[in-house]
Amino acid sequence: MIGTPVGLDQLHSALKGLAGVDEVGAASRAAMLGTRSIKASSKARAIDLAIAMVDLTTLEGMDTPGKVRALCAKAMRPDPGDPGTPAVAAVCIYGDLVATAREAVGDALHVAAVATAFPSGRASMAVKLLETEQAVAAGADEIDMVIDRGAFLAGDYVRVFEEISAVKNACGSARLKVILETGELKTLDNVRRASWLAMLAGADFIKTSTGKVTPAATPTVTLVMLEAVRDFALVHGRKVGVKAAGGIRTSKDAIKYLVLVNETVGNDWLNPDLFRFGASTLLNDLLLQRQRMLSGHYSGPNYVTID
Amino acid sequence: MEEGNKRRLAVRKTFKLYIGGAFPRSESGRTYQVLDAHGGFIANVAKASRKDARDAVLSARTGHRSWSAATAYNRGQVLYRVAEMMEGRRAQFAAEVARAEGCGTTDAERITDAAIDRWVWYAGWADKLAQVIGTANPVAGPFFNFSVPEPTGVVVLVAPDDSSLLGLVSTIAPAIVSGNACVAIASQTRPIPAVTLAEVLATSDLPAGVVNILTGDPAEMMPSLAAHGDVNALDLAGIGDVELAARLERDAAGTVKRVRRPQPDANWYRTPSLAAMSDLLEIKTVWHPQGI
Repeated sequence: MIGTPVGLDQLHSALKGLAGVDEVGAASRAAMLGTRSIKASSKARAIDLAIAMVDLTTLEGMDTPGKVRALCAKAMRPDPGDPGTPAVAAVCIYGDLVATAREAVGDALHVAAVATAFPSGRASMAVKLLETEQAVAAGADEIDMVIDRGAFLAGDYVRVFEEISAVKNACGSARLKVILETGELKTLDNVRRASWLAMLAGADFIKTSTGKVTPAATPTVTLVMLEAVRDFALVHGRKVGVKAAGGIRTSKDAIKYLVLVNETVGNDWLNPDLFRFGASTLLNDLLLQRQRMLSGHYSGPNYVTID
Repeated sequence: MEEGNKRRLAVRKTFKLYIGGAFPRSESGRTYQVLDAHGGFIANVAKASRKDARDAVLSARTGHRSWSAATAYNRGQVLYRVAEMMEGRRAQFAAEVARAEGCGTTDAERITDAAIDRWVWYAGWADKLAQVIGTANPVAGPFFNFSVPEPTGVVVLVAPDDSSLLGLVSTIAPAIVSGNACVAIASQTRPIPAVTLAEVLATSDLPAGVVNILTGDPAEMMPSLAAHGDVNALDLAGIGDVELAARLERDAAGTVKRVRRPQPDANWYRTPSLAAMSDLLEIKTVWHPQGI
């Protein structure tokens, strides 16, 4: 664990000094927590909570204003047939579509924009900052930034730290989510280091992946990040959120993540302000399971909208 | 001589389900004993649960996507391939049918041959169905108007309980020939030929999930399948209980499914009617401006 304050000159040795992660232990603990049996009444609440935690995402080159408006409509009212369905937490889109999304959702939802040369993170600092400022000016109240994995893997932690701090500054009042892209960090030791680095630099959320790299979110990686968040809160007294993004497609998986959260960081994090799912197809499966719990019979893809 | 007199250890087997092109055990871990026509023990087979049935519907939905997109000509070839593969196992099928149904060897071979011929018969229908059922409708305007058949989607069928092979083939083949995928619940008391058919289908170029075969109690699985929102049609051929059949039909109405009613006295030898196929189709009518 790393206490405050950390001089930038000590950052490298402090991060290298973090205890290593037992990969086998982490994987087996995540797998063990995934076997918890969830009873029907808890499941119904878990599904509603998971829906409220979704960052409904579209990050494709072919996104149009029309598609974003449709996404926003679905985000505000995921199941038009059942007004009791909670709205999702946010819509997550590319920066140039922020104004469209803000106009569509008003103040009802957060609008999250990806910035800093998503998904590769390979651009100059000036470009990254400008992209962030423009998204915030257009109405984004959450920014999903990617870290420069090349710099991180080369051991240039200071550069990554300064980049995150600068983007955090550029965000103003918008909340900053830092995407670690764990699929490219290769080891869980790196995931733990990158988590601490991002939190020390001012991240409000740490996020597993862009969704463009496989593997994306896995229970093991999320467990390691949740542990980092827990330890950071103990030392620094600040609660940082976690966003698991990419590859979570079924309600069953989503509920496993909620168990992980509850067992690792506790009840406080079972709340859309501190835990999110970055997903597009997950929402439909959550809606199907929700319909099943209410109607008593299994539903099918014909009963939800196609994104 | 001593070697020759030693009794060989039996290779015992617990037969499994056929879901999504794989052979999983029932997730419930349950099995039941299958007896022959004289009450002798044949084998243990998996007893599918409602969860297995649900998984099978998911697989069928996946299988339906590629199968319905295949050309009719290709589907015909695959169905013919099933006949070829069955022909190679003709003796095994005949022995299993004889043991299950308690008939003589000649009858069992006749049943097996009829089942193989049925695949060939339906294979021929694959690329002719659209001509026979589809129409070019006369309209009062400068348009073409066509009605073309399309597969309804996922069909859940309960195979006849008495006719363990011919009845099963005669319910599966008309469902899949047009591009549907199916979840077939095999004869509860005589499931062994169905298990062997699954092994044939797994090696017949049929995409995974197009046919899923479950062994177990239809009365346990059918109520949840009849109400399932992702099932498009039911074939209740093997449901003997009139009240259960009526209840399933009512439940199916909740999600507007097509239903084929039980056929307790069906003669499976008889050449099938067109209805066996057309009951599981949707007709799409298209207006087309007359371009030429």
